[in-house]
Amino acid sequence: MAYRTNLMLCTCTMCVSVGALKIKRKIEEEIKRHNLEDEIQIIPVGSSWLCTRGPTLIVQPDDVVYQFLKEDDIPHLVEEHLLKGRPVKSLMYIHPETLHPIEKLHQIPFYRQQRLITLRNRGMIDPDKIEECIARDGYKALAKVLKSMTPEEVIQEIKDSGLRGRGGAGFPTGRKWEVCRAVKGSPKYVVCNADEGDPGAFMDRSIIEADPHAVLEGMAIGAYAIGASEGYIYIRIEYPLAIKRLERAILEARDYGLLGENILGAGFSFEAHVFKGAGAFVCGEETSLLASIESKPPEPRTRPPYPAQSGLWEKPTNINNVETWANVAAIINQGAKWFSEIGTETSKGTKVFSLAGNINNAGLVEVPMGITLREMVYDIGGGIPNGKKFKAVQIGGPSGGVVPDSLLDLPIDYERLQEAGAIMGSGGMVVVDEDTCMVDFAKYFLIFTNDESCGKCTSCREGSAAMLEILTRITEGKGEEGDIEFLEELGEAVKEASQCGLGQTLSNPVLSALMHFRDEFEAHIKYKKCPAFVCKDLITYSIDPDKCTGCGLCLKQCPADAITGKLKKPHQIDDSNCIKCGVCRDSCKAKAVILKDRFDK
Amino acid sequence: MPKLKVEDLEKISEKVKRTMLLREGTGRAKIIVHMGTCGIAAGARNIMTALLKEIEDKDIKDVILTTSSCAGLCSREPMITVEVQGQPPVKYVDLTPEKVREIFAKHVLLGEIVKEYALAFGSERVA
Repeated sequence: MAYRTNLMLCTCTMCVSVGALKIKRKIEEEIKRHNLEDEIQIIPVGSSWLCTRGPTLIVQPDDVVYQFLKEDDIPHLVEEHLLKGRPVKSLMYIHPETLHPIEKLHQIPFYRQQRLITLRNRGMIDPDKIEECIARDGYKALAKVLKSMTPEEVIQEIKDSGLRGRGGAGFPTGRKWEVCRAVKGSPKYVVCNADEGDPGAFMDRSIIEADPHAVLEGMAIGAYAIGASEGYIYIRIEYPLAIKRLERAILEARDYGLLGENILGAGFSFEAHVFKGAGAFVCGEETSLLASIESKPPEPRTRPPYPAQSGLWEKPTNINNVETWANVAAIINQGAKWFSEIGTETSKGTKVFSLAGNINNAGLVEVPMGITLREMVYDIGGGIPNGKKFKAVQIGGPSGGVVPDSLLDLPIDYERLQEAGAIMGSGGMVVVDEDTCMVDFAKYFLIFTNDESCGKCTSCREGSAAMLEILTRITEGKGEEGDIEFLEELGEAVKEASQCGLGQTLSNPVLSALMHFRDEFEAHIKYKKCPAFVCKDLITYSIDPDKCTGCGLCLKQCPADAITGKLKKPHQIDDSNCIKCGVCRDSCKAKAVILKDRFDK
Repeated sequence: MPKLKVEDLEKISEKVKRTMLLREGTGRAKIIVHMGTCGIAAGARNIMTALLKEIEDKDIKDVILTTSSCAGLCSREPMITVEVQGQPPVKYVDLTPEKVREIFAKHVLLGEIVKEYALAFGSERVA
């Protein structure tokens, strides 16, 4: 059937959770009502757009994008745009500054600066149809490798490209493969680490949901290069849709002979298995991950021996992250030289980030290495909502650190981020505005790591608990002289003494916050003040009697019955009952609710 | 399902090519059917169906078909605009399925403008 229009409907986890499947049914109904079934086709795609604006729809070939769709919008949309050819402005993306609707997807600033290598097929293919992937060069690189390259040549190509591990540490991928190839032992394994556990990170999930074959093809090429014939994708069980798409992709690829015995008739065999994760953050650490596949408790072990020497079932094993694998086929197809010309001196290619937090355009972003944080936050991210001021960006999740305003012109690459006290990590990027307390923010990450510490190393288990206890005291106004110095000492000790990445990095959010926002810690400790007015024990709400109109709105809304007052007379807040939820302040039209420091020191 | 050989990848690719070009919004030629109320009333739906059938019957991969609203000349509907890459767009008026098939065969496929049905070359200027 020759269709004239394809409706690329995002069906990623986020869009589905806000009703994308209902939208799909409604569009189908309307298309049928207008007798357009033979002309218009709906294509479910993965992670196509701005993830917090779902459900989203891109109409091709018109390149028109719609956001925040509701079922009630669909009859109008189908009739106007699809039947009569008039795009519906009210459902388009609104530019945060000019407030004009932007019609075309590629005119939106969020899109313009992105360069898609890993996500080359996002929004373009139905991830459940292998033919569509093949039409966009899927498995072409595998064919090229099997037909015309030796394993050594493949490794050399990846080495020349400068590709480094996208899971966080940035180890050169080609070098890793080379080591594993050189080790004697059989069988060998390749593993894909899809145990994405950082708060605020969704790169791996999105890549798999959009284009599972990119990962499988990369793994098959890697397996050929190191001499493996079996691979595991370790994916967290909290990603049911990604698992489903991956499992289906494996079946389809196997049916076509692109996985399994004698791939493409070239004599090479490779089987891929999906392994559902055990649900702990520490499983993302490579030795824990391997233990988990072997059905052992997921605890890290000392390295060396590295997995390349003794990995899965004590056999040579090469582990790479989802994004790393998804880069491989593109490098083989377009050449190491092409790839190495993108990025900075030490960091080549692109990096996928999940941009989240206080930012206008939250979503999945793929940018060339070397782009500045300012470009990320303001050009791509569209700045901070509600006219608030930018405060910091947290990079690398609970293993990373915060980068302040003064370092916004920092180019993103592995080394520069490390110098600033953060890490590339897997690519989580959380932007926070002026209303965020950095002590509280650091505490949030420590609550997470303290919870997720596997408990094997005393330094990590007890160190995280001790640091958390100090931070909690500080936010409660019980900080003492010497706390900052002790946090620093303890933080360094935990880093030094812990065995795996979890413990070695868990103090980073605290240490980097101390590096860049020390004055905020001091304000909490010395003056019992929270400059961002977040820490509840240090603030107090009151009503300005001159501004209060006595409308009674706050009184009605207060969940703690802490507000009293007669209609049309100024109201009062009883501090002893107030739970500092801020509902009164949000609801007051006269802006009469004021926040003050509790202790006037 | 038969196991693929290297050369089969290309064949699968070729089959899905039209769909992919459509999604990329790139094709050698683009035909815009004007689908305002006036256009629909004058029979634009039949024009659309005729064009889709031509594309399907002749297995044409590099031609994109899209719609737009009223072009401002309601009395001369149904209308289409043909944009062949590298040439100015041409507007055709007072169309019937037969005329459209002729335009498709001559202009879209061979690049020869069918002058007798054409209204104007190029687009009107905006501001």
